[in-house]
Amino acid sequence: MAKITYITSDNQTHTVEVQNGLTVMEGAVQNDIPGIDADCGGGMACATCHVYVKDDWFNKIPKKEDGEDDMLDMAFEPKTNSRLSCQIIVSDELDGLEVNIPSKQA
Amino acid sequence: MKKTDALIIGAGPTGLFTAHQLKLIGLDCEIVDNLDKIGGQCIELYPDKPIYDIPAVPECTGEELTNNLLDQLKPFNIKFHLSERVEEVKKEDNNWLVKTSGGNFFLTPNVIIAGGVGSFEPRKFPPKECEKFENKSLFYSVKDKNIFKGKTVSIFGGGDSALDWAIELSKESNVNLIHRRDEFRGAQATVDKMHALVKDGKINLFNKYQMANVHGEQTLESIDIKHDNGGIKNLKTEYVLGFFGLIMQLGPIANWGLNLNKKTIEVDTEKFETNQKGIYAVGDICNYPGKLKLILSGFHEGALAARACFKLARPDEKYRFEFTTTSTNLLKRLGKKE
Repeated sequence: MAKITYITSDNQTHTVEVQNGLTVMEGAVQNDIPGIDADCGGGMACATCHVYVKDDWFNKIPKKEDGEDDMLDMAFEPKTNSRLSCQIIVSDELDGLEVNIPSKQA
Repeated sequence: MKKTDALIIGAGPTGLFTAHQLKLIGLDCEIVDNLDKIGGQCIELYPDKPIYDIPAVPECTGEELTNNLLDQLKPFNIKFHLSERVEEVKKEDNNWLVKTSGGNFFLTPNVIIAGGVGSFEPRKFPPKECEKFENKSLFYSVKDKNIFKGKTVSIFGGGDSALDWAIELSKESNVNLIHRRDEFRGAQATVDKMHALVKDGKINLFNKYQMANVHGEQTLESIDIKHDNGGIKNLKTEYVLGFFGLIMQLGPIANWGLNLNKKTIEVDTEKFETNQKGIYAVGDICNYPGKLKLILSGFHEGALAARACFKLARPDEKYRFEFTTTSTNLLKRLGKKE
């Protein structure tokens, strides 16, 4: 279990408990947190679950695997701390993670 | 005006197999798709990625799956209307009148939406101001490359489309290539060729930059690009091309009076009918308790929706369930029996 905080572009904060093994994307979708579309359902094929990870966390969570940066090329306003939330798997170590949701997914 | 027993929206795997099921039970159908090719997400998103959970097919790519489904449709004559989007669906007595962006009209008792997550549209530049120049001096695809001759063209993107056009247009235009990071995801040979042209001064490369703004009154005059470190550069340019791939948009479907849940359509699990009689939704776009977004689920949903279509297309006949192994009727339709 980890407490994850999702901050929408209009600064609404949603903190939810997400089970280990789920992705940060699934945590948002299952809790009806607005702004994460996840059109492809977690297949790293659409870049519509794009989030910004706070800098101190960005270096702590498991690194991007092959292909994630390729998809981020297509995301809406990618930044250096961009991630696809479907590729971040929740574990106890992620307790307290904060992610910012962009103003749009496409 | 084209009359048909059923109109399928979407030529992905679910739409294709639904067509098979309709033809098998003796109904005709036509298929409309916004993409210029058959296969839907399988072809657009993962043509080369293997799929491992199609029953009885241990492994196949999106492209192979599409080709196999087309093979399975060979006995039937199915009309495809590609590069057309369904714009309007209106009730007309016991039929639906369907209008496409290509100017086609269909009259049909059954409309089956097998639309994935909607139609594929190009991903656009974030700044709102870009819309002003869209299709005038800012494009997301190239229709006529001759307009760029002798002009300055700023190309955004890191994939094969961006690279191929940067290389091609560098022959007769002044080309800026702008990409958000150092690595390109295009084919290595293409990336190498681009770097060679950069070295020769034929392409101006701007890494770690993204579109920040566009300037100009009637015509585009220049753009601002922003570096990762926040620095802004102004580039004089007459044209802009953006290649960020495609995104799925629900589009006009949202206006057809259907029960929507986020980007999906609510259906029953007997007929896969929506809240509108004679409009069905199958595959990724439909939603019901327990829905799985798997290709195999789409096949099941299409098979049941096809049977439901029979009732409205042939109100005076009774549908009889038959097996392809034994039914003379079905074998005739499949061309296996005289």
